[in-house]
Amino acid sequence: MHAQQQFDVIVVGAGPAGSSAALALARAGLRVALIERGEYPGAKNVSGAVFYAPGLLAELLPTFWDEAPFERYITRRVLTFLGKESAFSLDFRTRHFAIPPYNGVTVLRPKFDRWLASKAVEAGALLITSTVVDDLLYEGERVIGVQCRRDDGVLYAPVVIAADGANSFLAKKAGLQREFSAEEMSLGVKEVLRLGEHAIEERFNLTGDEGMASEYVGEATGSVKGGAFLYTNRDTLSLGIIVQIASLAQERVRPYELLDRFKQHPAVAPLVRDGVTLEYSAHMIPEGGWQLVPRLVRAGLLVAGDAAALVFAAGIFLEGMNFAVASGLAAAETALEAHRHGDFSTATLMGYRKRLEQSFVLQDLQRFRLTPAFVNNERLQNLYPELLCQAAEQVFRSEGRPRKKLGSTILATLRSKVSLWTLLRDGWQAGRALFF
Amino acid sequence: MQQIASEPVLMQPIEERLELVRFKVDKRPHIRVHTEACRGCDLTPCVYVCPAGLFEILGGEMHFSYEHCLECGTCYVACERKAIEWDYPRGGWGVSFRAS
Repeated sequence: MHAQQQFDVIVVGAGPAGSSAALALARAGLRVALIERGEYPGAKNVSGAVFYAPGLLAELLPTFWDEAPFERYITRRVLTFLGKESAFSLDFRTRHFAIPPYNGVTVLRPKFDRWLASKAVEAGALLITSTVVDDLLYEGERVIGVQCRRDDGVLYAPVVIAADGANSFLAKKAGLQREFSAEEMSLGVKEVLRLGEHAIEERFNLTGDEGMASEYVGEATGSVKGGAFLYTNRDTLSLGIIVQIASLAQERVRPYELLDRFKQHPAVAPLVRDGVTLEYSAHMIPEGGWQLVPRLVRAGLLVAGDAAALVFAAGIFLEGMNFAVASGLAAAETALEAHRHGDFSTATLMGYRKRLEQSFVLQDLQRFRLTPAFVNNERLQNLYPELLCQAAEQVFRSEGRPRKKLGSTILATLRSKVSLWTLLRDGWQAGRALFF
Repeated sequence: MQQIASEPVLMQPIEERLELVRFKVDKRPHIRVHTEACRGCDLTPCVYVCPAGLFEILGGEMHFSYEHCLECGTCYVACERKAIEWDYPRGGWGVSFRAS
C-alpha cells in the first residue's frame, strides 16, 4: 500500500454535506480525501436553490457571509395557491432576515459548491475531481476504503463518509438503503432565466441584496402531485417544478411541459417575461421524509446529506442544503471521535445518529413525518387551491347585488365541491401535519 | 387517466433546451436498457418522466439515447420492470451544470 493512498477519512461527494465534513476534518488536522465525480464540485448538483440557516457554517468560517458566493438573502417568502386562471398568495416579508448570517440565501450550486470545497482544500483536504467511486472496500464487516473507477483507484481510510447524493449507490451497496419507490422520490426540473438586477428588484419589490423565495401549489403542476418554485438570484431567476415521480408517470406528462405550463400561467408569465433561459437542469430529490432515511451507519461508514435522504420537504418548508451541512458536520465530529479512540466500530460511529437525533436534522424529519403524505393529498394538490381562488373571487366579486356575509359565501363555494365532513377531515390532517 | 393539457404548451422543444447544457459525451453509454423487457409495457413511464426526453417507443420498440442525460436517475426509479441499468458516467464525463 502506498502511503499516499492511505487517508484518515475519505469523503465521497463534494456537495454541501461532503465539503462541510472535509473542511471540519481537515481543520482538525486529519488527512482527508474528498472525491468528486464531476469536473468540479457542483457540476452535477442542482437545488432550487435556497440555502436556509447558512449560519451553520459560522463555526468553521466565522465571517463566511463576506466571501461566500451568495446571490441574495431571503427577506420575502410567498406561498401561492394557483387556480386555472387565478392565484391566492400568502406574502410575508421581514427585515429581520436581512441580518448576517441570514435566515436563508439563494445560491447557484456550481459556484457555491466550488467555493465550499475550496475552503476544505485551503484547510488541507485533498480534492480529487473527475473520479467516480464505484464501491466500498471491506475487511470482514468493516469498511476500510473505496474503489474508484480509475487506475490506481484504491484508497484506504478507517472511516468513509458517503455524501454521494440522492442516488447514493454506496448506501445501497453497503446494505444501508433499500431500492427507492417512485412514490417517495421526486424529480425537480429547473431553468435559470436572466432578467437583470434592475428588473428583479422592480418586479419583486426588492431592495439591494434582498431576495424572494416563492412557492406554488395547485395548477402549478396540473394534475401531477408536486409544486413549483421561483427564487431570485442576483440577476437571474431560478424557477422550476418538483413532482412526485409516480404521479408524473401515471398522468403521462413530461416534466418540461409542466415547466412551460407553469411559466405561462397568467400569475407567473408577467414575472418571467423577457427572461432569457441560460440553463436547464434536473435532479432527483429524496422527498419521502422520515420513512426514507436509511440506516446511517455501519462499521467504517457514515452516510450524510441527500445520500441519507436528509431532505425536509414539508409543505411550506423545502430544505436540504442545511440538512446536508449539519449532517456533514455531525459525521465529521463522529469520525474525529472515532480517530481519538482508535475505534471505528458500529457502536462508536452510532454517535453520528445520536448527534443527528439531538439536532434539527432528525428532529424535524420525525416531527413532520406525516407532512409528505399530507402534501400529496389529492384534494390539497388538485382541488383546494382552485376552490380557495374561487372563494376569494366570490368574496371580491362586485356585481351590484346584495352581498352575503363572508362565511356563507366561502362555505357555499367549498361545499359545492367537497363535503363538510371531508373538509373537516382534511383540516384535521393539515393540523396534524403542520400545526400540532 | 386525466388529460392534462388540451392546448399546445411547449414553448421550446426539449432538444433546444438541452443545447444550453454542457455535455462531455463519453463513447461508453452509462445507461443500458434491456429492451426485450420493454415489449408489452403499456405504461412506459421512462418516456414521460425523463427530463431530457431520452426514451421513445418507435414501432413498438424501445429506443433511447444516453448522450444528453442529465444524470438524475428518475428513469430507473420509475421503471417497474427494472429494465434500466443506470450508472454514473466515467468521472468528469457527462453533464456539467454551470449556471444552475
